[in-house]
Amino acid sequence: MNDLATYNFAYLDEQTKRMIRRAILKAVAIPGYQVPFASREMPMPYGWGTGGVQVTASILGPNDVLKVIDQGADDTTNAVSIRAFFQKVADVAVTTKTKDATIIQTRHRIPEETLKEGQTLVYQVPIPEPLRFLEPRETETRKMHALEEYGLMHVKLYEDIARNGHIATTYAYPVKVEGRYVMDPSPTPKFDNPKMHMSEALQLFGAGREKRIYAVPPYTEVVSLDFEDHPFEIQQFDKPCALCGAENVYLDEVVLDDKGGRMFVCSDTDHCEDRRAHGHAGQMLARPTQESQEAAE
Amino acid sequence: MSAVPLLKVNDVSKFYGSRIGCRNVSFELYPGEVLAIVGESGSGKTTLLSCLSTRLMPTSGIVEYHMRDGQYRDLARMGEAERRFLMRTDWGFVHQNPADGLRMTVSAGANVGERLMAVGDRHYGNIRATAKDWLTRVEIDEDRIDDQPRAFSGGMRQRLQIARNLVTSPRLVFMDEPTGGLDVSVQARLLDLVRGLVHDLGLAAIIVTHDLAVARLLSHRMMVMKDGAVIEQGLTDRVLDDPREPYTQLLVSSILQV
Repeated sequence: MNDLATYNFAYLDEQTKRMIRRAILKAVAIPGYQVPFASREMPMPYGWGTGGVQVTASILGPNDVLKVIDQGADDTTNAVSIRAFFQKVADVAVTTKTKDATIIQTRHRIPEETLKEGQTLVYQVPIPEPLRFLEPRETETRKMHALEEYGLMHVKLYEDIARNGHIATTYAYPVKVEGRYVMDPSPTPKFDNPKMHMSEALQLFGAGREKRIYAVPPYTEVVSLDFEDHPFEIQQFDKPCALCGAENVYLDEVVLDDKGGRMFVCSDTDHCEDRRAHGHAGQMLARPTQESQEAAE
Repeated sequence: MSAVPLLKVNDVSKFYGSRIGCRNVSFELYPGEVLAIVGESGSGKTTLLSCLSTRLMPTSGIVEYHMRDGQYRDLARMGEAERRFLMRTDWGFVHQNPADGLRMTVSAGANVGERLMAVGDRHYGNIRATAKDWLTRVEIDEDRIDDQPRAFSGGMRQRLQIARNLVTSPRLVFMDEPTGGLDVSVQARLLDLVRGLVHDLGLAAIIVTHDLAVARLLSHRMMVMKDGAVIEQGLTDRVLDDPREPYTQLLVSSILQV
């Protein structure tokens, strides 16, 4: 830091951080409950993670190690710019390794590697209210949460089955937290829902535009809603990752050409790189050294 | 009919500031009984219905309901959670405009199944079977189960709204002008259906209407309201055939004869 006028540590002023921390404490005390907070303008547009950034800024300390992912990847625009932002305004250490990070800010994924005690996962949430698309009135949805009237959530799942023959909701799949509040796990694929259950890590959710913070404390029960005769299921993939050969991970589809060529690769880039570094190889992983050797022979 | 009233209304008044909504209304409703509230526009019918169904709090007076456990409970003193639970299990409310009582963006099956899911039914197959059964009972084809209500005609929407309300076997149904806005042949079918259902299920119902023919067809007893007060009440046939109050006489004589 130089003598010039500069930002407060982690961009937000101390009073704002204090206010957000109070909201976080309340959210942790009532798992799954949406706590209103006075969301600030951030130097980025709504929808780019203003909620997540405010939560991260409020819990970040000088000794923290930050990892930011967007759709599982460390190298996409949103992840790169938020990481750079915190390097600039808080001068914290950053990493792409899941196991080295103390705070992981995420958009749309939970890392494949199981999170450990002491780690905090911060979600960027666009629409925190799981009942929103069925009940547009905020006064009514708050009442429904207060009185635990969650029949409507099943109406949505019923509609899914009636239209598609199975529960077709694949992301933002509603969960019940600790047997009480129904919560939107932000637009993560439902593949990640089981990872939230009894997680060792603290999970914080920030919705900047909607001005809500909610949380799932460590070791909390998180159950995905379903019907007795249509139980909750996660996505299945036919092939392993084309680069690292991993199975039972969430894969992204990458279109290769205009002739129908495509590959499926890990959405969690750190997990994929780590596996490759340990010698795992998928079907389509280029092996330049081997090929050049063959060419020479 | 059992000897114990289902609903006891004692001296209920509702004021909107200094204006009168309804005043000093008292009556008792017995299980299986259908009561019609008639009167011209602005006579306080709908205000009274809202006070009875807890959609509005009366300014004064007591409305007591005979709960399934045999206790009488003052509706105004119930907790909101309990009141809302009562409204979606033991009661039904049929709105004049079906769009107010239905979820227009979800299928007919989900509309009927919503109350079941709200009371904890978590078996898709059972919910769907019950929904189909109810659609048949209100004369809607089973194959319309996955259509949204906005694809339905006015009469079908109204029948769907009735099915949605009756699926949890309520004991008391409130109806606010259930035939308003329907043409006469559709009205006749709906009335026929409601009469059959009320009889088969032993429902008690309070029907607000300005249409004396509806009252004649459906109700056992009727109350005539004017300027917020009940001016005459008695058996439907008695009131319609032998009206005593001048206003009731005027009302009865103003029915158009074809």
